[in-house]
Amino acid sequence: MDKGFDELLQHWKSQKGNVIPLLQKTQELKGYLDREDMEAIAEVTGKSPAEIYGVATFYAQFRFQPPGKHTLKVCHGTACHVSGAEALDLAVKTELGVEPGETTEDGEFSVERVACLGCCSLAPVVMLDQEVHGRLTGDKLKKVIRKAGTP
Amino acid sequence: MTEVFVGMGSCGIAAGAREVYNTLQQELSIRNLPISLSVTGCIGACHREPQIEVRTEDGGRFLYGELDSEKTLKVIEEHLVGGKAIAEYLIPFDYPYLANQKKIVLANSGVINPESIEDYLAADGYTALRKAVTRMSPEQVIQEIKASGLRGRGGAGFPTGLKWSLARANAGAKKYMVCNADEGDPGAFMDRSLLEGDPHAVLEGMAIGAYAIGADEGYLYVRAEYPLAIRRLQLAISQAEERNLLGSQIMGSEFSFEIHVKEGAGAFVCGEETALMASIEGKRGMPHIRPPFPAEKGLWGAPTNINNVETLGNIAPILRMGASAYAAIGTEKSKGTKVFALAGKIKQGGMIEVPMGITLREVVYEIGGGIQGDKKFRAVQLGGPSGGCIPESLLDVQVDYDSVTATGAIMGSGGMVVMDETTCMVDVARYFLSFTQSESCGKCTFCRMGTKRMLEILERITRGEGKMSDLEQLEELAHKVKQSSLCGLGQTAPNPVLTTLKYFREEYIEHIQNKRCQALHCRELIRFRVIEEACTGCTLCARVCPTQAATGERKAVHHIEQTLCIKCGLCYEACRFDAIEITTGVAPADVDAEAAATEVEA
Repeated sequence: MDKGFDELLQHWKSQKGNVIPLLQKTQELKGYLDREDMEAIAEVTGKSPAEIYGVATFYAQFRFQPPGKHTLKVCHGTACHVSGAEALDLAVKTELGVEPGETTEDGEFSVERVACLGCCSLAPVVMLDQEVHGRLTGDKLKKVIRKAGTP
Repeated sequence: MTEVFVGMGSCGIAAGAREVYNTLQQELSIRNLPISLSVTGCIGACHREPQIEVRTEDGGRFLYGELDSEKTLKVIEEHLVGGKAIAEYLIPFDYPYLANQKKIVLANSGVINPESIEDYLAADGYTALRKAVTRMSPEQVIQEIKASGLRGRGGAGFPTGLKWSLARANAGAKKYMVCNADEGDPGAFMDRSLLEGDPHAVLEGMAIGAYAIGADEGYLYVRAEYPLAIRRLQLAISQAEERNLLGSQIMGSEFSFEIHVKEGAGAFVCGEETALMASIEGKRGMPHIRPPFPAEKGLWGAPTNINNVETLGNIAPILRMGASAYAAIGTEKSKGTKVFALAGKIKQGGMIEVPMGITLREVVYEIGGGIQGDKKFRAVQLGGPSGGCIPESLLDVQVDYDSVTATGAIMGSGGMVVMDETTCMVDVARYFLSFTQSESCGKCTFCRMGTKRMLEILERITRGEGKMSDLEQLEELAHKVKQSSLCGLGQTAPNPVLTTLKYFREEYIEHIQNKRCQALHCRELIRFRVIEEACTGCTLCARVCPTQAATGERKAVHHIEQTLCIKCGLCYEACRFDAIEITTGVAPADVDAEAAATEVEA
C-alpha cells in the first residue's frame, strides 16, 4: 500500500462521518477508486465493502476507471440547455467519438455531462480541466478540443 | 489611496477576470503606482464581466465592465495615472440593472475583499453576533427573527424563527446547526456567489442561529463543485477562530461554537434535509420519513436545525437593522428581499437581489433589460426542476412565496431562467424531468418509476410520436408522483410538466398532431435545407458537416441529404450567406422529390 494512502486512512480513521471524505481524498490522490482501495476504506471504517461501494456509486463525483488526461465537462444547466448545450454534445461526439461518461481510446479525453457550472451568463459553457469556455457553438468547441489535444 | 477591486467570483474568472487582475498587478508594480489592488466577490452584473471598481481618495466610485487586458491598460493610463475616467467602459451606478435592486444579503458581495476579515469587520461584521451573545438571550434572538418575518430561502418558505424555536424546545446536551449549501438546481448560483463574496456573513448567521437553538457544533455542507467557495470558507473560519469570533467561549461569553466544512459528492437529493444529514453521516443520501423531524432527531440522533445559505445571510442584517425595519421591506407575508440568478435569453443576466413584491415584469424588462435580440418572450422559469414555467399573461405576478405558488411554480432557491420564442416548452419539461428522473434516489416507487414513465412519454412527444391520450396520462402520473413521494424531489418533480401543460398545451398538441416544433428545437421534427437562391457554393457547410450530409461542388448550389443529417446545426452556424434554413412540420414538396430521386438512383 502506498504511503500517501496509508496516511490518509490513519488520519481519518477515528473521525465521525469519515466515509465520504475518505473516498474523496482517495480519488484526489489516485484519480479514481479501485476495488482494493474501497476494501481498505471498509476495513478502517468498520463497514462492509458492499456498504462502501454502495455509498460510492450513489454519488456522481466518484469514478471507478482512470480518467483521461483532460476532463471535458459539458454543462447542461437550464441556461445552457436553452442556449444550445445539445449541439455541444453532438460536436463532442463527432470530434472525439465518445458519449458523456466515456473516455477516448487514446486516454486523452474524458467527457462528462454536468448539471450546472454556474456560469449561466456565459451559456453555453464547458469546463476543460480547470478552465471554463463560454458562449460556445459546436464549431468553437471543436477548436477548443483540438487546441487541448495538440501536444 | 486609490483602490482597485477586481470582481473574482467563479463567473468573473471564467469571463477573464484573472487576465485583468494580472495585467493590473504587473502594470501597477512596473509603474510603481501607490494604488492598492484587491479582489472582491461577484459584483453581480455577470453580463458585463470582467468588472473592476476604482475607488478614489475623494470617495469617487467607478465601475468598469467588459474589460480585457488592452482595455485595462487604457484604464491604468487614462484614469489611474491621468485622472480621467473612460466614459465608454463605465457602468453608471444609475444603470437600471443596478438601480432597481435592493441589497441586504449581497450588500458586501463585490464590495469587500472576501478573503479579509478586516474588511468584513469594517462593514459592521460580527457586531450582530456580539449583540446576540452579550446582550440578548437565545429566546430574544428567536423572537427578533420571528418578528422580522424571515422565511426560508431554500424554496419552501418555512418561517425561520419558528424553525429555530422548535430546535430550541428540544432538550438535549448536544445539538447541531447545519448550513445547506448543496445548491443543486441547474441554473442557480446564488449561494455560491454569497459564499464566495461574503463568507463571514454566512458564518455569523450560523453562529447566531447556533446560539439561539443551543448548538455547539455546526456543519456547512457545500457542493464539491464549488472549490473557490470551499477555500474561502475555510480561510474565513480560521480567521474567525483566531479572533475568538468562533471557537470556545466566543467573545468572552459562555457560548462556544465550532464549524466544519463538509464537501458534498454530487447528488441533487442531498438538498433535502434528511438526505443531507445521511450524507454528512457518510451514508447514501436518501431521505427518510418525517417525523421525526430534524429538530427532534437529526444528525447522529441529536436535535438539528438546517438553514439555507441565503437565509443565514439575512440573520446578521436583521439583528443590525432591527426586525421592524427589516419587516418594512416586502409584502405582508413575504418580508425582505430575494436573491435570484437571472439567466437565459435575457439581455442583462447576473446575480440580483430584489425586494419581495416586485413584479416579474419589472425583473425581466427593467432589471434584465428585456429579451436578447428583442425576440418574443415565451416564459420565465422559477424554481428549477421543482418549479414551473410562467407565461407572459402572468408576468405581473408579484415575487412573493404565495403569489408565485399560486401560478403552479415555486419561489424556489432563486434560479430564474428567461425563455424566448426559440425555446420549446415541451422540451423544457422533458429536460427538467430527465434531470429529476436521473437524480431520484430510487426509494419511492412513484418517484423512481413514475418519473421514468413520464419521461418516456415526453420523449415520444418530442420525437413526434405522441398520441393525444398521452397528455391525460402525463397529468395522471404527475399527480400520483406528487402524492406518493416522501421528499420534495418527487413531490415537486412534476411541476415543470404540469405548468407547461397548463400554460403551453397548444405546443404539446402541435408536436403530437402536426409534428411541428415551432421553436425549431426538437431534432426529430426539424429539417435543415439549403436555400438555393442564397447558396454561393462556398463549400463551407460541406466542410463542417461531420456526416457528409451537406455536399456540393465549389460555386454550385449545395444540398443536404436528409437521411444522413444528424441535425447538429454546424452548417447552419457556419453559413455566412444565411443560405440554410430550418423548417418544421409536414415536409415541403422539394424534400420529398429529392427523397424520391435518391430512391430511384439507389
